[in-house]
Amino acid sequence: MTLSLNVIKIRQDFPILNETIHGRPLVYLDNAASTQKPKAVLDTLRHVYEHDYANVHRGVHTLSQRATDLFEGARKKVKDFINARKIEEIIFVRGTTEAVNLVAQSYGRSKLQAGDEILITAMEHHSNIVPWQILCQQTGAVLKVAPINLSGEIIMEEFEALLNERTKLVSVVHMSNALGTINPVKRIIEVAHAKGIPVMLDGAQAIPHMAVDVQDLDCDFYAFSGHKLCGPSGIGVLYGKETLLKAMPPWQGGGDMIRMVTFDKTEYNTLPYKFEAGTPAIAEAIGLGAAVDYLQAIGMDKIAAYEQQLLEYATTKALEIPSLKVIGTAKVKGAILGFTLHHIHPHDIGTMLDQLGIAVRAGHHCAMPVMDFFGVPATARASFSFYNTTEEVDTLIDGIKQIIEVFG
Amino acid sequence: MFDEIRDLYQEVVFDHNRNPRNFRVMDDATRKIDGFNPLCGDRITLYVKVNDNVIEDVSFQGSGCAISTASASLMTEIVRGHTEEETHGLFELFHKIVTGEDTRTNFDELGKLAVLAGVRAYPARVKCATLAWHSLEAALKEDAETVSTE
Ligand SMILES: Cc1ncc(COP(=O)(O)O)c(C=O)c1O
Repeated sequence: MTLSLNVIKIRQDFPILNETIHGRPLVYLDNAASTQKPKAVLDTLRHVYEHDYANVHRGVHTLSQRATDLFEGARKKVKDFINARKIEEIIFVRGTTEAVNLVAQSYGRSKLQAGDEILITAMEHHSNIVPWQILCQQTGAVLKVAPINLSGEIIMEEFEALLNERTKLVSVVHMSNALGTINPVKRIIEVAHAKGIPVMLDGAQAIPHMAVDVQDLDCDFYAFSGHKLCGPSGIGVLYGKETLLKAMPPWQGGGDMIRMVTFDKTEYNTLPYKFEAGTPAIAEAIGLGAAVDYLQAIGMDKIAAYEQQLLEYATTKALEIPSLKVIGTAKVKGAILGFTLHHIHPHDIGTMLDQLGIAVRAGHHCAMPVMDFFGVPATARASFSFYNTTEEVDTLIDGIKQIIEVFG
Repeated sequence: MFDEIRDLYQEVVFDHNRNPRNFRVMDDATRKIDGFNPLCGDRITLYVKVNDNVIEDVSFQGSGCAISTASASLMTEIVRGHTEEETHGLFELFHKIVTGEDTRTNFDELGKLAVLAGVRAYPARVKCATLAWHSLEAALKEDAETVSTE
C-alpha cells in the first residue's frame, strides 16, 4: 500500500511517541480521547510563557499588548481554519462540553418554552445529552432522540419525521466518538433549515480528521476541543452565526464581558467577548493557534485520506480475527475501530494491551446509550491519528491475538 | 509475552472467570442487591441468605471483566458460613490490601483471595476487584439501593 503521508517524518514532530511503556515502544491508539502534541505546540507554549505572557485585553503595557495580539491572532487562525465569516463568531471556551452548555443555557434558556423540543440522536456523547436534559428540566422542553440502525447510522427518515413545529433546536454529533460514524450533517442541516430550525454540531471528533467549513455546512453552531486537535487542553471553540450570537444573552458574568458597569446597570461587551467572562486560557489559545498552523501545513485533506487508509487496513485485519466483532460499521466512517471480543471483557483487553505498550480505551466512551443499543457493557476502542502507522496496527492486531490465546 | 501481568491474571483468576462459582439466581435469598461500576459497565446482582447473623449462602449473576467476575466468584466461596462481622472484617482487609493502603507482602490472611492482591499494582482495576465486595457490604447493611463503585 502506498501511503499518502510521510508518517516517519511526522512522528519526529511528536516527542511523546518516543516513550516506552512497560519496556515497549508506545503505540498510542487513544486519539479520540485526546491527541498528542507536536513540538510546534509545545514550543509555542514555552515561548509564550518565557517571552510573551501577561493578561490580555487589559494592560497598557507592552507584554499585555503582545499577549493580546497573539491571543487574538489565534482566534483569527481558528476562524480561517473553519472558514467562519468573522472573528466575532469564534468564542473561546474550555472545550466542547462548555460550548454545548453555553448554547443550552444562553440560546436554549432564552428561546425555549415548555413543550418545545430539542432533537438529538441516539449516538451522542454525554456532553451533547446532559446539557439538554438540564435545559429541559429548567424550561419544560422535551428532549427527542432520533434512532440509529445496527451499523450505527442515523435513520434519516425517522430523523426527518421527528422535526416538527415544536422543534426549536437540533444538536447532532458530526463524527461519533464511540462508533466512528460520520453523519450526513449537510443533509441534516438542509432538512432542519427547511423547517426554520437551527442546528448545532458537536465537532469534537470531526475537526481533527477532516476539513470543516462552517459556511459550506451552514451550521448555526459548531463546537470543538483543542486537546483533540493536537492542541492544549482547557481551550476549545464555539462557533456561532453572528446573528444568533448577537441576540443571545450572556452566559457567565464577570470581567472582560462588560463594557460598562455601575451598580444599577451593566452594558455588555460586543462579540465575542460577551461570552468570554474572566481571564481566558491565554497560552492554551495561542497553543491551539499553533496546532491549527501545524495541521494546515500538513493539510486536512491529506490527513483525512491517510487516516482512511489506516482505518481500512485496521478493519480488514481485525475482521480476520474470528471472535472479534466491530461495533460501528457505518459506510461513512472516521478512523475509529470499536470492537468486542467474544468472552473477553474490554477492560481486560485494555489492561493487557497496555502491557504491550498499546494505549486503547475500554469502556462506554461517555456514550452509555450507544452501548445499551448494541447490547454491550463496553467496547475496546482503537482510535487513530495521522501519526499512527500500519506497523502499529499490526502490533495491535498481534496483541489482540495474544490476548485471545492467554484467555483460552 | 504477558509475564509481568501474570500477577494480576493468575490461573485461578482465569479459572473463576471461565467457570464462576455460585453463578446462579437464589430464590430464597434474604437479601438481593444490584451493583454497578459506571466506569466500565460491570453489573452484578448479588443474592445473600443470612440466617441468625451467619451467611448461609451467596450467589451472583451479572457481567463484568475477568477481575470482577473472579473476585465475585471467590468472594461467594470464601464468605459462606461466616458471620456478618467476620465478613466485614475480611472486606476491610481485602479493600486495604488492593487499594495499597495496607502494604504488607504476605497475604496469608486473605486465604484464597490472595490471588487478587496483585490488583494493587493496577489502580485502574481496583474497582473491578471490589465491586462484589461493596455490593455485599451494602446487602448486609440492608441498603437495598443499587450500589455504585463511583
Ligand atoms: C463526540 C464528543 N463530543 C464531546 C466530547 C467532549 O469533549 P470535551 O471533554 O473536550 O469537552 C467528546 C470528547 O470525549 C467527544 O468525543
